[in-house]
Amino acid sequence: MIELVHVEKTYQADLATPFTAVDDVSLSIAAGKLTVLKGPSGSGKTTLLTLIGCMARPTSGRIHLHGLPEDTLPELKEGDALEITSLPERFLTAIRRRTFGFIFQQFNLIRGISVLENVMLPTYPTGEDHQRVEASAIQRLEALGLARHLRAPVDRLSGGEAQRVAIARALINDPLVIIADEPTAHLDSKLSEDFMELMGQFKSSGKTLLITSHDPIVYGSPLADRVVEMRDGRIVKGS
Amino acid sequence: MRAPIQRYRNILDFALSSLLRRKGRNLALICVYTLVIFVIASLIFFVQALKREARELLIQAPDMVVQRMVAGRHDPIPTIQAEAIRAIRGVEAVQPRLWGYYYDPVFGGNLTVMAASDQELAVDSVWVGRGVARSMRVNEGDLISLRGYGGQPILFAVQKILPEASELVSSDLVLMSEKDVRALFNFPEGLATDLAVTAGNPRELATIAAKIVELFPDTRPIMKTEILRTYEAIFDWRGGLMVVVLGSAILAFIIFAWDKATGLSAEERKEIGILKSIGWESSDVLLLKFWEGAVVSLTAFLSGVLLAYVHVFFFSASLFEHALKGWSVLFPRYRLVPALDAYQLTVLFFLTVLPYTAATLVPIWRAATVDPDAAMRS
Amino acid sequence: MASSPMRKSTLCLSLIGVQAALFLVMLLHANAQKDRAIHQRLSSGILVRRLGLTDLCLFTEARYTRHPAMADRHAAFQDHPMGLDHFPSGSLLAPPTFPSPHARTHPAVPEHP
Repeated sequence: MIELVHVEKTYQADLATPFTAVDDVSLSIAAGKLTVLKGPSGSGKTTLLTLIGCMARPTSGRIHLHGLPEDTLPELKEGDALEITSLPERFLTAIRRRTFGFIFQQFNLIRGISVLENVMLPTYPTGEDHQRVEASAIQRLEALGLARHLRAPVDRLSGGEAQRVAIARALINDPLVIIADEPTAHLDSKLSEDFMELMGQFKSSGKTLLITSHDPIVYGSPLADRVVEMRDGRIVKGS
Repeated sequence: MRAPIQRYRNILDFALSSLLRRKGRNLALICVYTLVIFVIASLIFFVQALKREARELLIQAPDMVVQRMVAGRHDPIPTIQAEAIRAIRGVEAVQPRLWGYYYDPVFGGNLTVMAASDQELAVDSVWVGRGVARSMRVNEGDLISLRGYGGQPILFAVQKILPEASELVSSDLVLMSEKDVRALFNFPEGLATDLAVTAGNPRELATIAAKIVELFPDTRPIMKTEILRTYEAIFDWRGGLMVVVLGSAILAFIIFAWDKATGLSAEERKEIGILKSIGWESSDVLLLKFWEGAVVSLTAFLSGVLLAYVHVFFFSASLFEHALKGWSVLFPRYRLVPALDAYQLTVLFFLTVLPYTAATLVPIWRAATVDPDAAMRS
Repeated sequence: MASSPMRKSTLCLSLIGVQAALFLVMLLHANAQKDRAIHQRLSSGILVRRLGLTDLCLFTEARYTRHPAMADRHAAFQDHPMGLDHFPSGSLLAPPTFPSPHARTHPAVPEHP
């Protein structure tokens, strides 16, 4: 599904103190599996996620995506591998929208806006039919037990509820890959286990999951097909 | 075509939700903005309507008015000069005009007294303008008393009140026979206030004027084109009140724009990062901010202009009345005929809606191009 | 499923639509006033022609505001365009700048310091 070849990311390369967050990483992530990136903070996990998720470009190296649907980009044929590091910004946004659903550590919900609208936000620029999107957003929120809060502003939600809103938002475009960055950092053990249970449901529905964490509930979970350990920007175990 | 329209509407939805978060602040913003547009549009409507009436009406004014100047002041002109002027080639007619000002000590206002040679106007009778009738509280058939030059009261019967439709030119007029005017002011026979000259060919007016000055160096000919130009220059934007009104409006506007331009808080910056991380492109973010600016400025523009129209043409610019009235005791009340100038409206639109929308967009420009991973790294 | 309230964009666009419609009504109303304008101008025009009027009756407090076209060249407010005098309407009336034949032979010089 995702293949990284000698990927390196250096911040502030033009300054006297360049910082290499990801250093010569080669990794292949299988479709339909749950992969955990494990490591202490500052080990380059999050940076690696942004590179895979088309949010930033690597300084060097190649990233190939396989098995994207044909309509992701014009002139893309089924089965083609797509090399994303050289694509223009516009295409990266299109791929990100169709292929990846992100669950951020800080949830990154827009304050003061209703739960429903937060979930629908990713679809706005694509010009999809409003009613259809709204119905699907309500359905997802109901499935996550948030039916009561549809029209409430997100600021009023508890941490666990806010994360479930973030999950609903990540799913609204029906992505192939779900990327979660330290999802259990702000949750207690019970909520963390609930979260992993949800991830199990997504995995069985065929989604590819990629989670960074240094929480044993995540990397020790029986759901994790593979644990990749990182330190100082390099993969030390599990590649 | 459906998808792009949906995209605009979706993003408009979010722009409105975003504006509604600071309901009070944005509502106040729209109100102040509307007020600014209202004041400017009222002024434009009022001035345009007056200027147009001046153009339409004064085109019928005399081709030329010849005044006599004594020590830099307007002085009565001997009617005998009318004969000499009539002899100039190209002059068709010369009509002496007899008029002057009368201060009424009772109601404290100024009237314009004028001699009219109308068959219907009886001796010892007057025709008065609506403003005079209003101020003196008289009706047709009543008697009014004017103080003669020696202080003696002279009674006149109000024979007719000039039509309401003519109030813009006749509000303060008191028309009486030539004999009565001379008796009232002790205006000597053989003198007139000025001379109205009619030319056979208007193109010869400049030549005629030059000949008149040559003949009588103490006269000052005022041509119709100059009269019209006076009214084109009236309410010029450089005029005192205009500068104050426009200046304060522009200042208010700069405050808006400043507030917007510097108002890109860390919170907003973070929101843009979030939007980009969930799949919004820079152009989507710009569209969002465009909507936010456009909704506010378009609503304010339309309400401001509509209110101004009602104010000027239905309520006769009543909010300006005190400024316009000044020290006048006799204040004409005219219902202006709407004169909408597409050019002025367009200029107003481009001077208000566009800069505001631009002011909301420019600071966003740089923020909208941030990398989407900024949201992850926060 | 919760019944969805009206979309905000629908409300907003209808509001702007109503305003735009009123704007159109305003333009039509202005146009429809032509008859009144003709009547009003006819009535005033008769007086202007018959009496040889030269000015609109806008401000009656001083001769140079009542008859700006006939005003003396040396009326107080004409000394300087920005000169403030004690009548507010004086600030609305710009001094006549027309070059009359008279002015050409005797260029106006400000007398007062």
